[in-house]
Amino acid sequence: MFRLEKRPTPSKFWLYATPPVAVILTMIAGGILFAAMGKNPFEVIRTIFWDPIFGEFAFYLRGQLLVKAGPLILIAIGLALGFRAGIWNIGAEGQYIMGAIVGAGVGLAVFPTESRWIFPVMVVAGAFGGWAWAMIPAILKTRFNTNEILVSLMLVYVAETILAKASTGFLKNPEGMGFPGSRNFSSYPAAQNAELIAGSGLHWGGVAALVTGVLAYILLTRHQAGFQIKLAGQAPRAARFHGVNPARLVVMCMGISGALAGLAGLFEVTGPAGQISIDFNTGYGFTAIIVAFLGRLNPLGIVLAGFLMALTYVGGEMAATNLGLPDAAIQVFQGMLLFFLLAVDVLTNYRFRLAVGAH
Amino acid sequence: MDFGGINPVILIATLMASAVPILMAALGEAVVERAGVLNLGVEGMMIIGALGGFIVAVETGSPVLGFVGGAVAGALLSLIFALLTQVFLANQVATGLALTLFGLGVSSLGGQGYNGIKPPSTTQLLPDALADLPVVGPILFGHDWMVYFSILMTAVLWWVLKSTRIGLIIRAVGESHEAAHALGYKVNRIRLMCIAFGGAMAGMGGAYVSLARVPQWVDGITAGAGWIALAIVVFASWKPWRVLIGAYLFGGITVLQLNLQVAGSAIPVEYLSMAPYLITILVLVIMSAGRKANGAPAALGQNFHASR
Repeated sequence: MFRLEKRPTPSKFWLYATPPVAVILTMIAGGILFAAMGKNPFEVIRTIFWDPIFGEFAFYLRGQLLVKAGPLILIAIGLALGFRAGIWNIGAEGQYIMGAIVGAGVGLAVFPTESRWIFPVMVVAGAFGGWAWAMIPAILKTRFNTNEILVSLMLVYVAETILAKASTGFLKNPEGMGFPGSRNFSSYPAAQNAELIAGSGLHWGGVAALVTGVLAYILLTRHQAGFQIKLAGQAPRAARFHGVNPARLVVMCMGISGALAGLAGLFEVTGPAGQISIDFNTGYGFTAIIVAFLGRLNPLGIVLAGFLMALTYVGGEMAATNLGLPDAAIQVFQGMLLFFLLAVDVLTNYRFRLAVGAH
Repeated sequence: MDFGGINPVILIATLMASAVPILMAALGEAVVERAGVLNLGVEGMMIIGALGGFIVAVETGSPVLGFVGGAVAGALLSLIFALLTQVFLANQVATGLALTLFGLGVSSLGGQGYNGIKPPSTTQLLPDALADLPVVGPILFGHDWMVYFSILMTAVLWWVLKSTRIGLIIRAVGESHEAAHALGYKVNRIRLMCIAFGGAMAGMGGAYVSLARVPQWVDGITAGAGWIALAIVVFASWKPWRVLIGAYLFGGITVLQLNLQVAGSAIPVEYLSMAPYLITILVLVIMSAGRKANGAPAALGQNFHASR
C-alpha cells in the first residue's frame, strides 16, 4: 500500500500543476458521465471546451465568455481574500442580489432623469448594498462570535425573498402590465451598463473584474494588509503576536468580498440581465467559490479560472441546445471539478510513498 | 380552542412531523462533529437522500424501502467527503461546500422524469382508536413511524455518546486526535464511519421531505434545511436532546409561519417566509454570544495525519 508523507515545504510544481490536472481528470470523469447519459463524450467535451473559442459561432460566444467571466472573477477575488485568512463568506449570492437591488433601486428612483452621474452613483450604491449585507455576518462574528458561514448563508435565503418582493412589489415596473420584474435598463440609457465595444461582450463589469484582479494581486504581494491576510490564514497565533487585529480582518475581508459581489450584481442587473426579476440570480455567488479554489486563491489565477468556468457555462448552454444535455449536468461537472481539485491538492503538501512492510 | 385561526393541538402535532428532516440531519451531523469533522455538505446529502428515497419508494412501491434508499444515497455521497478529507486530507470547509454544490447538481440531473409523480404514502403508525383521542391523540399517537424513529434515535445517540465505549472513542477522536491515535485508535477510520452515519441520517431526513412532507419530487426540495440543521447543531451545543429541542422550536416556527400565511395574517407572505432564517440567525447569536468555545469539540474541522 501507499502512505502519505508530509513534504518539508509545499511543492512548487504541484502548486501550479494541480488545476490543469484536475481539469483533465474532470473531463475524463465528465466524459464517462456524459457517455452514461447516452451522449457522445468527445462531442460534448468539444462543444463545451473548444467550440465557444474556435467554433463556428465563436465570434458571438467569445463575448459571452467575457459576460459570464466578469461577475465570477469579481466575486471570487473577494471570496479568496477571506478564504486566505480563514474567513468563510459563503453568502456571496445574497450580497450579489442585494447589490443589484440597492443599485437598481437608486437608478429607478430617479427614472427618467438623464445625467451622466446616475450610473456612477448606482455603482457606488451597488457596492454599498453588497457591503452592508456582508457586514451583518461580519459584525455578528466580531461582536457575538457567531459562525459567519451559517449566517452569511441564511442571508442568501432572506435576500432571495427580498428579491421576490422587489420584483413583484416595490421595484415592479409600473408600466409592466402586471408582469413581475422592474423596468428594463436597456430603455434607460443613463443607468444602462452597455457594451463598451459593440459585440465584444465587454461591459464595465468586465473592466472592473480585470482591474480588481490586478489590485488584489498588488494588495496580497505588496501591501501590509495582504501580508496580514496571509499570515492570519497560515499561522493565526503568529498573526496575533504580529499585532493583527482579528476583528478588523473579519470586517475588512467580509466588507471587500461583499462590496465586490454587490458590484457584480449591479453590473449584471444593468447590463446582461437588464432588469430585476424573480430569477435574476443564477448561482454566480456559489460558482465563484469553485472559481476561487480553481485559481488557487491567487487573484491572477482566479482571472484564468473565471474564464475557464465561464467556458463551462457558455459551452454548457451550447451543449444544452445542440445536444440536449440537461443544464444540471453542467452543475454536476462543475462540482466534480472542485472535488478533483481538492483531491489532487494533496500532492502539494504530501507525497505518496510506497510503504514497504513498515507496519 | 383556536387562536387567530390556529389550533394549538394541531400546531404541536404538525411541528413534530415538520421537524423530522432537520432533526435527523442535525443528529447525524452532531455525531460527525463530535468526532471532530465539520461536514458542510448536509444540504447536499439531504437532497440526494430526498431523491434516492423518492426513486426507490416509487419504483418499489414501499415507503419504508424508500427511507432505506434515502439513507444509502446520503451515505454514499458522504463517502466522497470522507475519501477527500480523511484520505486526501482536503480542507473540510471547501470539501463540504463542494459536496453541497455537487449534490444539488446530481439531484437535479437524476430527478428529471420524476416530477409530478405521487410517492406511496407514509401512513399513521398506530390505530385510529388511539389517534382520535382528544388532545393527546394527535400529539402522541397520530404520527407516522419516522416521527417516533427520530425521537428514538435522539435517545439512542444520547445514550451511545454519553455512556458507551463507542461514544467515548468518538468523543476522544473529536477532542484530541493525537491522544486517540496514541491510544491505538484509527482516527481516520473512526471519522470515516461517523461521516457515513451522518450521511445516512441526512439522507433519511431528506427522504422524509420528498416522501412525507411535500410529498413529491421538486428541484431544490430541501430549500436550505441542511444549513438549518448545521445551525441547530451549534444551538444544541452538540447534545442530542438539545438537538431535538432546537429542531422542534424550528419546526414550530416553520409551521406557525405557514399557518399564518394560510390564515391570511396582516404580515406580508414574504416576511413570514424569511422568518425561519432570521430566527436561526438570532438563535445563533444568542447561543454564541459571550462564550469563546461554546462547547465545540476541540479538534473540530482539523484533519489528522499520522506522521508515525
